[in-house]
Amino acid sequence: MDTSVITGLGYVLASGLFIFGLKMLGSPATARRGNMVSAAGMFVAIVVALMDQGIVDYTWIIGGMVAGGLVGAVAARAVAMTSMPEMVALFNGLGGSASLLVGWAALTPDAATFTLVTIVLSILIGGVTLTGSLIAYGKLSEIMGSGQIVFRGQQIVNSLVILGILGGAVMFTLEPTNANWLYMVIGLSLVFGVMVVIPIGGADMPVVISLLNSYSGLAACAAGFAIDNNVLIVAGSLVGASGIILTQIMCKAMNRSLTNVLFSGFASVSNEVTEIEGEIKPINAEDAYYILEAASSVAIIPGYGMAVAQAQHVVKELSNLLEANGAEVVFGIHPVAGRMPGHMNVLLAEADVPYDQLLEMDEINPRMDNVDVAIVIGANDVVNPAAREVESSPIYGMPVINVADARTVFVLKRSMASGFAGIENPLFYKENTRMLFGDAKESLGKLVTELSS
Amino acid sequence: MNGAEYLLFILMLSVFLGFELINKVPATLHTPLMSGANAISGITVVGAVALAGNGQGDLAQWLGAAAVALATINVIGGYLVTDRMLGFFKKREG
Repeated sequence: MDTSVITGLGYVLASGLFIFGLKMLGSPATARRGNMVSAAGMFVAIVVALMDQGIVDYTWIIGGMVAGGLVGAVAARAVAMTSMPEMVALFNGLGGSASLLVGWAALTPDAATFTLVTIVLSILIGGVTLTGSLIAYGKLSEIMGSGQIVFRGQQIVNSLVILGILGGAVMFTLEPTNANWLYMVIGLSLVFGVMVVIPIGGADMPVVISLLNSYSGLAACAAGFAIDNNVLIVAGSLVGASGIILTQIMCKAMNRSLTNVLFSGFASVSNEVTEIEGEIKPINAEDAYYILEAASSVAIIPGYGMAVAQAQHVVKELSNLLEANGAEVVFGIHPVAGRMPGHMNVLLAEADVPYDQLLEMDEINPRMDNVDVAIVIGANDVVNPAAREVESSPIYGMPVINVADARTVFVLKRSMASGFAGIENPLFYKENTRMLFGDAKESLGKLVTELSS
Repeated sequence: MNGAEYLLFILMLSVFLGFELINKVPATLHTPLMSGANAISGITVVGAVALAGNGQGDLAQWLGAAAVALATINVIGGYLVTDRMLGFFKKREG
């Protein structure tokens, strides 16, 4: 058989395996096998690609694969689950850069206009993904400040960069032999990636990494057009679609449009102080223990603070003790709790919390009336009742977990500082709220000691 | 049908298929979904190998070799870390 037929059929098989693997990701019971099916698809695609008759020298292929494989394997083993958002951000960037390089390398002197356009697209999307992801990585890992970076004239600079990219792209397709236009597009795409992500604050990072995830797929897709390879298009568009859906889910969970996240942030929050009635009622671990001991239904609402305090394992211990004491324990997970979609679920799964104990916001809210104690651990904005009650609040309309409906609410918090979004939280002043101040891990440790004695 | 139309056709179908598939992934698996998507976006390695192995010693070869390394990090790292994560997800016993 002709090798091009084998190549074609191999890519069809690989695409089928990717699709089937993603389908199996639809349930936690089959997800792990689904990932292996997807990996098998990748293996088939790579083997087929290596049979390409245009390959005359395998030295650099093997070198690249060994180097990349080692780095990838070490990173995958070493990464802590709390750092998954950074890792995904970095991987988005690597995917983007690979597509940028492939698009660039696909440039031949006799390329058709359609190919030139797709080369420009893969360079543009790949470049934006690369530097945008590096900035997102820097913010998530706190190498750089996680706040918004805004400066006077930013819009003008952005407009000039966009005009430059457009101009460079047009000139490049008209005059592909002049490498300066190409370098201009590459350089400005890299600058644009930085400009897009710096004005976005840390609280919006779940949206940004979902979006960059999508871009990394779209970049691969564009590269597929540039080198006329259909498996890149299929795989790239699957990733692109995935990222877009996650982006939508995150935006919806914050009741904001994507444009709003990308271009304004919370910068325009009015400084008008809303009067909050009631007072803060602190509680100590011993009193909290008496209430918990009598509870028959407990809901735990984790947020990023749980990850920061590395408290997930002691949370699991507490949940075990409460269950041994006869209480029903569930976890309520808000879609934007943490720094990436599903972050809390992975942390709790690592701590051996079974996934059927983790409820989504829409599942837990109707049950909240029957909950004796809701324990909020390191979450703030996602449980803020102002989203339902205070029309002037910047988060008004955002769906939140209605912990205040529970009979008693414990809020584990380091101090009275506002949340990531810097918004006052009336929950802390509610009649049925008790504040358990201190490091979440220590506070939970005290509760565990009380319960197990 | 010429090449460009054929490729656009594939693009359209895969995008719709992608939306259908991903909409069915439960929220609890969104992090592994993203890292798995990272791995799949390493598909660029398939395009990069032909460039890295052209034997010309030209710019395209070096760009291709770098792309092979970067995309392989995604493929290997992405699948392994996804597998590690999915290994944590367990159903309640009994």
